[in-house]
Amino acid sequence: MSERESTELTGAPVADGRGEWARFLLTWFALPSALVIALLIGGVMMLVLGANPITGYVALVKGAFGGSYALSSTAIQAVPLLLVGVGICIAFRASVFNIGGEGQIAMGGLAGAATALAVPDLPNFVLIPLVLLAGAAGGAAWGAIPGIFKARLNVNEILSTIMLNLVAVQVMNYLLAGPMVDQSPDSVGGLIPETKVLPANSLLPILVKGTQLHLGVPIAVIVAICVYVLLWRTSFGFQIRSVGLSRRASAYAGMPVRRTITMAMTLSGAMCGLAGAILVFGSISHRMVTDGSLTGFTGSAGFNGIVVALFGGLNPLWTIVSAFFFGGLIVGGSSLQVATGVPSDLVTTLSGIVVVLVVSLEYLRRRARAQSSALAGPRVASPPPRPRRDPPLAVSEGGDR
Amino acid sequence: MNQFFTVDVLTVTIASGIALATPFLLAALGETIGQRSGVLNLGVDGIMLLAAFATYYVALKTGNLLLAVLAGAGTGAIMGVVTALVSVTLKAEQGISGIGIYLFGLGFSALLFQKLVGTPLPIATLPPVGIPLLESIPLIGGMFFKQSLLVYLAYLLVPVVAFVLNRTTYGLKIRAVGENPAAADSLGVSVARIRWSTVILGCTFAGLAGASLLMYGGIFQVNLTQSEGFIAVALVYFGAWRPVGVMAGSLLYGLVGVVILTWKSLGIIPLSASDLAATAPAVLTVLALLFLARRFRQPAALGKPYEREG
Repeated sequence: MSERESTELTGAPVADGRGEWARFLLTWFALPSALVIALLIGGVMMLVLGANPITGYVALVKGAFGGSYALSSTAIQAVPLLLVGVGICIAFRASVFNIGGEGQIAMGGLAGAATALAVPDLPNFVLIPLVLLAGAAGGAAWGAIPGIFKARLNVNEILSTIMLNLVAVQVMNYLLAGPMVDQSPDSVGGLIPETKVLPANSLLPILVKGTQLHLGVPIAVIVAICVYVLLWRTSFGFQIRSVGLSRRASAYAGMPVRRTITMAMTLSGAMCGLAGAILVFGSISHRMVTDGSLTGFTGSAGFNGIVVALFGGLNPLWTIVSAFFFGGLIVGGSSLQVATGVPSDLVTTLSGIVVVLVVSLEYLRRRARAQSSALAGPRVASPPPRPRRDPPLAVSEGGDR
Repeated sequence: MNQFFTVDVLTVTIASGIALATPFLLAALGETIGQRSGVLNLGVDGIMLLAAFATYYVALKTGNLLLAVLAGAGTGAIMGVVTALVSVTLKAEQGISGIGIYLFGLGFSALLFQKLVGTPLPIATLPPVGIPLLESIPLIGGMFFKQSLLVYLAYLLVPVVAFVLNRTTYGLKIRAVGENPAAADSLGVSVARIRWSTVILGCTFAGLAGASLLMYGGIFQVNLTQSEGFIAVALVYFGAWRPVGVMAGSLLYGLVGVVILTWKSLGIIPLSASDLAATAPAVLTVLALLFLARRFRQPAALGKPYEREG
């Protein structure tokens, strides 16, 4: 996507021989080839573990995309990935690394659940928007902290977000086992760290009977489209991307760099918080439950959202596709486990490999670009300067980190 | 509170605090070496998980604890090769590739554990070894000098790493490459070679950290580390890239962790409040980051892949 833009900006791509071909290949096939390599590695792993990779992958695809029930499960699984993913798009486009998705999701879930339990009697057309906004606000607050630290005090946001994840998990455990715990007998009198059953008015309505498809799915897609518009069709979005490309140049152009960084991080947190609220109000148990770890509540969406955003080229629209795909991988992972006996953790393993491959191929892609422009250089009268592509992956240029 | 301040409880608390701090210390020391050369390795947690599993599996199958610890260190070294290839040679964005390594380690260790072991059985852990004479000192002996060999090794490595970084040619090269790789390069220091070596060394330390974590509990479980590797990365900043500072931070984490556990089991603080108390080290680390960010500067080339100009 961003490649297309850079050609828009620089005019038609320069026709050339080998360099251009390599560049074309790397640009359009880098992400798919990362996936293919990862799936091949996964196949080898299955072979080594004594399973038939073809059986495994067929089961995975069927479990993820075969039939309306599978598709709806995949869509549900994709919602937190998508929301975290678009949040990551915002942050990474501004060259701030939000690794704190996990904590922001938990905070969003807690804020939403607390709101629903505080005002349970409102009608659903008021309560549902209210709890979702509360969730977004909770996540935004948790994202604003590292944003302000980064903008004002130049505290490394990778570290502060990781630390805030650790604080969030304990706050969640404390609240769910203490002040927010269900004291009623059907939860064994407060021994299980979970909230009361949430008011029915606050639950996301099911859209298609016989499936789990709830209102969260269209909401997430609409939010993703809005974020796309925000990033590419508004002056604020331009500021975010400009700050991401070069803080110094943006400051020189008179942009409020610090405020933009804080806002990008806050918005990113808001997306994760919304994901948390949707996890709570679209849950099957109709409660917020913890097993004492963040993953138990988030399903690692805070980390997997990074994978999804990267795979979507940090473009919110492609992130929709990518979230659906990775949601399918997660859902299909269980079917794979049933069919072959290979634990579904294989999917997490493969996600990790995909991330490593994507960022590694990025360098080859950059180099192919540099070579092709060097080759093309003498032929064009005055080659226009090529803007750097994909700012977040070239963040070391970003200035003062 | 009174039952906490007895000789026995205090001795046990401090002794196990020191042991609990060992994985943090080993991982953070390794990370320090890498970061001083300019490489940010965020995959420590994943590497620790893989190493802990390797240690567990070898101990379970052979019963040979030395071999098990070596398997952990070796796993770390192998992951070091992968990390160096990605971060140094392929010049990937280190903040993101580290998350990839983490996810890989998290998933793969869980996969292997469930496939190869299934029901977890405890293994024999490294026995405590008393240091002659020193162990018989009242109070102090029981706290410091009845630990396992891996614990002694970790604390011995603190002065060793400090010496290597500050007093040897290799250490000078590491720091030069981390501060100004272009200048080091122009003087004939191979930036890539130095960084490869520090990353592999650092990841081997992370492997030992995983082994020591496993030896602390004697049993493996999915996501055994509970983000300890990420904390170790933060401890490097906390300790301002100095081995002694890193040790102080690790001890803080180890001791606070054990004190909270002890208080919980003695009923000094209620169960639910212990969760809140457990945030103390993380909050403290964030605050420390706030103050340290102004006083200490990170290695200038940290996280920036080196590319020769021209």
